[in-house]
Amino acid sequence: MVSLKGRDIISFRDFSKEEILYILNLSKEMEEKTHPDLMRGRVLASLFFEPSTRTRMSFESAMKLLGGEVISLVEPGATSMAKGESLRDTVKIVAGYASAVVIRHPLDGAARLAADTVDIPVINAGDGSNQHPTQTFLDLYTVLKTKGTLDGLTIGFIGDLKYGRTVLSLALALAHFNTSMYFISPPSLRMPLDLLKELADKGVKYREVAYLEEASDKLDVLYCTRIQKERFADPVEFGKVKGAYHLSKAVLDGLKIKDALKILHPLPRVEEMDESLDDTPYAVYFEQAHSGVPVREAILSSVLGVKEQG
Amino acid sequence: MTVKQLQVSAIKNGTVIDHIESKNTFKVADILNIENETQVVLVAMNLSSRNLGKKGIIKIEGKNLTQEEANKIALIAPDATLNIIKNYEAVEKKRVSLEDELMGIVKCFNPNCVGNHEPIQTHFHVERKDPPRLRCHYCERTMEGKDIELM
Repeated sequence: MVSLKGRDIISFRDFSKEEILYILNLSKEMEEKTHPDLMRGRVLASLFFEPSTRTRMSFESAMKLLGGEVISLVEPGATSMAKGESLRDTVKIVAGYASAVVIRHPLDGAARLAADTVDIPVINAGDGSNQHPTQTFLDLYTVLKTKGTLDGLTIGFIGDLKYGRTVLSLALALAHFNTSMYFISPPSLRMPLDLLKELADKGVKYREVAYLEEASDKLDVLYCTRIQKERFADPVEFGKVKGAYHLSKAVLDGLKIKDALKILHPLPRVEEMDESLDDTPYAVYFEQAHSGVPVREAILSSVLGVKEQG
Repeated sequence: MTVKQLQVSAIKNGTVIDHIESKNTFKVADILNIENETQVVLVAMNLSSRNLGKKGIIKIEGKNLTQEEANKIALIAPDATLNIIKNYEAVEKKRVSLEDELMGIVKCFNPNCVGNHEPIQTHFHVERKDPPRLRCHYCERTMEGKDIELM
């Protein structure tokens, strides 16, 4: 039987297909029924060394809805980290106050280092440009909920595929489910080569294209990410790219797409996705954002061993 | 009649590192810190080799390689062989081979990796031995070839 009690949630390289499905099934249970006493007497330490609204608030909400408490690092700049304390020392101290730790940090691998340092479960809420596994669980949950399956789908990823940790995590997770992938990006923001090799080694069929129209009619799901201005040295270049990857209802009307296409976005969106899309049957990104709470309830309950599936 | 002669003189007891790709001979010599050796050290390069074209060879009297040195040599010169010499005879011959985990001997090439910012030992998982492909335990990026840099 699958159990994740005592496990850290750091990277999709750590999970089997069965473990992924276990979390997704438990998320469904969490969404269907409240569990107000599950975490009574437990404390989650929330260490966000980088700004976050959605991830941080949905973790806090999940813990509180399950009857637990949350302690937070209010402003990392004002804490002992600013006095030069090592990340390991900070995490070691905080682990003495809590049952589990959730951490976001600008450096790649910071969550793994934290997990290696303490015995209580550590959950990665984003480490640099590496992984963002809890976002990926809610992305998978949204795909499963809106498409009815994860198996055999064709998924397009569009936007910043080079620095987007949500894309990296999701592509690795979907490699378990016989998925075909299209990577749609400007040349300067292509998927990292080592990741493409890794996907190929796992038997994933993929194609890289520069424009959505080269793939649109094949897609069951389109996963959009934000293209950030700071990735471009030349503002003119950024302007061109921004225009080419802007999605709106009018853009979709001009393309061949499947009727059942679903569009996901980890949010926040800025200019890459127009509000005209919001009322179309394709848009599921707000539903996706709302899944953050039940999915994080499922993750917290399973690593703390307070709820087994069923 | 032709007399076969050793291209490099023999040592009595110690280690011979053979089949080093010629241009990497001095990198291997650096790994072995030969400048601080007090016993006989013989270094040769551009010797003819059937497999490598040109090879280097290092012979060190009285030397036993540490595991760390063997790991480093396996990264720089994956074709190298080790001969353990006792009383002028090679009593053991083996290829250098990487361990599955490398601790504190390779630097991560990712400037944003936590291993380059926190006071910790670097840690790599060896995904492939020949040619070496390493995955950083922390940032999970993979390194091959020129990206692999010793500490």
